[in-house]
Amino acid sequence: MTLFGYRLPGMSSLILWGLLWEIVGQTGLTFFVPPLSEVIATLVEVIQTAAFQKALYETAYAFIAGVFFAIVIGIPVGILMGRTRLLDELLLPWVNVFLSAPLTALVPVLMVLFGFGMKAIIITTTLFAIWIIILNARAGVKQINRSLVEMAHSFGASPWDAFTKIYFWAALPEILGGVRIGIIRAVKGVIIGQLLISIVGFGALFELYSANFLMGHFWAVLIVLFALAFTISEFLAYLERRVSYYADKR
Amino acid sequence: MDMSQTDAPIEPVDAAHESAVSTRNISKNYGEVEALRDLSLEFPRGQLTSLLGPSGCGKTTLLKIIAGLLEPTSGEVEVNGKTVTGPGPDRAFVFQDFALLPWASVIRNVAFGLEMRGVPKAEREDRAAHYIKEVGLGGFENAYPHELSGGMRQRVGLARALSVDSQVLLMDEPFSAVDEQTRRKFQEDLLNLVRNENKTFIFVTHSIEEAVYVSDQIAILLPRPSRVSEIIRPTGFRHKDADNIRRDPEYLDIVDQIWASLRTYVE
Repeated sequence: MTLFGYRLPGMSSLILWGLLWEIVGQTGLTFFVPPLSEVIATLVEVIQTAAFQKALYETAYAFIAGVFFAIVIGIPVGILMGRTRLLDELLLPWVNVFLSAPLTALVPVLMVLFGFGMKAIIITTTLFAIWIIILNARAGVKQINRSLVEMAHSFGASPWDAFTKIYFWAALPEILGGVRIGIIRAVKGVIIGQLLISIVGFGALFELYSANFLMGHFWAVLIVLFALAFTISEFLAYLERRVSYYADKR
Repeated sequence: MDMSQTDAPIEPVDAAHESAVSTRNISKNYGEVEALRDLSLEFPRGQLTSLLGPSGCGKTTLLKIIAGLLEPTSGEVEVNGKTVTGPGPDRAFVFQDFALLPWASVIRNVAFGLEMRGVPKAEREDRAAHYIKEVGLGGFENAYPHELSGGMRQRVGLARALSVDSQVLLMDEPFSAVDEQTRRKFQEDLLNLVRNENKTFIFVTHSIEEAVYVSDQIAILLPRPSRVSEIIRPTGFRHKDADNIRRDPEYLDIVDQIWASLRTYVE
């Protein structure tokens, strides 16, 4: 976007919203919104505390583990569904059900099945992320050019070669899109897990701060969380652009 | 006029007419639809045979059966005396839509067939580079398919098929997706290729002129039910150079003759 002939850098609109936040905060309209400057000061302070670093570690651990399983299981399952009619018929209804199901309602069941620890949180995170990853990998494989498959077959590709050298790459733009959306959902999953299953990590911080009306702290942690999710999502969007040159030419 | 090639040593007569590929009583049904019925055809070694016919006559189906990509409902295909059960290293396929890997460079695409055969990277890239030059794409080794024109992409597809050094080259309307001028150049190059490579070419086309121009033998396929109606062997102008073929009276006669037998089948 350009303004008075100057080219504005990306996300300049955030400055405007930040200003608005500051003004609303300074007027003291509601305790719920402290001024942005205060939130940022709190942020700097909070980041240095041991409690925050422990929470960050716990959250990152559950998040990374959950996303890892979602990707490692989701991509092959999606590719296999795209290739095998039988598997597709068997699994697709379930994938669709879980994609749109209110997974939060399932969390108590997970607690019964897997206990109140890290395991249940990781599984919650995986469940939030995996369905869209499966669906996207499946869609990527479904649109593959038939003659690429025939080509690989005619040159004697083994099923493993076809999987790793044709299907995966042909579906990569969709797979990356799925992983990006899946990761955003995983952020929700890990926080919901930490709020409902056991009060640890960022979930515990949110709980603590909101129960004590420490809104500055609350917003500070939320900003950190947003920044982390945004960075990961932008990194994946960058990877997507790297493969987009062939996305419309398969 | 005999079939001897310009610079190859003169071969014994029976070797010249020996078949590299034979199809015996091939039938192929898709449910109710009969794509091919009881089709038998011989493909002489070292020559180019065209499968020519109106659309829907099953010529691509026959080619894919020879390639081992489709299974015939009945009948069998023999390549060098061995019955075909699937794709094999004795055949290489050139695709109508090129079928290049869009995420891979030209050299990786050309080397793909060799990669599937487990040839080590350095060796397969050497051989790929050789064939990239052979098809006139030297300097484009590291380009990507989307950076190339349609004609250049098909040259990549051709180099890939040549680099695996199969005795039989199967070409499915390889020039139909490129522009007219590029197609003419391709046809001339193909004549040289048949002369120099000592491979058996099976070439599917719907262009009468193209078939007559490049073929040693033309099998005319007719639809409903699909069968071989005629085999034509243009011999009079095969020894002529590329520029003079299109003016040869025999060339023109054969084109007319084929059109006369096909015209009733064109909607």
